[in-house]
Amino acid sequence: MNTIVAQLQRQFQDYIVSLYQQGYLDNQFSELRKLQDEGTPDFVAEVVSLFFDDCAKLISNMSRSLPDNVDFKQVDSGVHQLKGSSSSIGARRVKNVCIAFKECCDVQNREGCLQQVDYEYKMLKTKLQDLFNLEQQILQAGGKIPQVDIN
Amino acid sequence: MGMETESQFHVLAVDDSLFDRKMIERLLQKSSCQVTTVDSGSKALEFLGLRVDDEDPNVLSTSPHIHQEVEINLIITDYCMPGMTGYDLLKKVKESAAFKSIPVVIMSSENVPARISRCLEEGAEEFFLKPVKLADLTKLKPHMMKTKLKKESEKPAKEEESEVSKPEIKEEEDPSVIEILPLHQELESEKLEPLMSGGNKRKAMEEVISTDRSRPKYNDITTSV
Repeated sequence: MNTIVAQLQRQFQDYIVSLYQQGYLDNQFSELRKLQDEGTPDFVAEVVSLFFDDCAKLISNMSRSLPDNVDFKQVDSGVHQLKGSSSSIGARRVKNVCIAFKECCDVQNREGCLQQVDYEYKMLKTKLQDLFNLEQQILQAGGKIPQVDIN
Repeated sequence: MGMETESQFHVLAVDDSLFDRKMIERLLQKSSCQVTTVDSGSKALEFLGLRVDDEDPNVLSTSPHIHQEVEINLIITDYCMPGMTGYDLLKKVKESAAFKSIPVVIMSSENVPARISRCLEEGAEEFFLKPVKLADLTKLKPHMMKTKLKKESEKPAKEEESEVSKPEIKEEEDPSVIEILPLHQELESEKLEPLMSGGNKRKAMEEVISTDRSRPKYNDITTSV
């Protein structure tokens, strides 16, 4: 039983480190995890879920308006928001494509950049889902979720 | 509730983004503060007890029975918000005799030195760059402590103050909420890239203001311990 927990914990640690190394997450994700405790065990999952909902909403709004007249004001404001929230949770790649997207808007290559935002957020969503699943497995096996410090 | 000195600090957090409100709320709770979140500057003022006169939005008057019930030790607000910006809110608070002693902290995702110094000059205690971290919030305690100690020593003078404050707040020369915005907007367009394309920004703001003026309900105010 102990070895299973240890194994899972090791898996978790390796996985989260790889996410940092591959640039999916940055230090802000560690900051986010600090805010979670026994009293609020679902905080990170909730916030992350809210973020992904915002991503999906933004992309669907923009996809609808892209073929016709783009409401620049809305698009810019939406991407600005997303840049902010991705930055808050440490979603590094998503943040970077948001920044790139803003620049794309200037040269009117909106559609290409939008696809990137779509790709990156969905990619991150799967990765984090895997991470959360690992967490659940650890907890169910009676173990504690390791603190991983990335510097 | 218990001894006043033992009770937690109560922070009023203002941000139009639900996501950001959730973040700042958790950050503050983790720092042992009681938190109330609102989604706009005007709701923040309402919560404090500064009523916007229905007839004349130029006039801010204090609703005495409300402000005595809610004791806010600090206001933390986002800078970029539709309608009343964090800067506008800061000004309104500092112009109010009843609330100018409440420390105000501004948050922004953009690092614009001119913006930062303008806020600090207007009386903001701190300017936090988003994303705000737990470590940032440790800077809040000294500011909040000051007001608690100040309140203790000023208690007998309080009633006198609220009587005097009324004529001070009702300044006829006080620029209206709507008038402040164009000035602010001019500064904004000079100093940084507009978030939204120039022409539509004022329109967007005016639309939001007219919404705000129609009796905002307390739907988006959450208080949590």
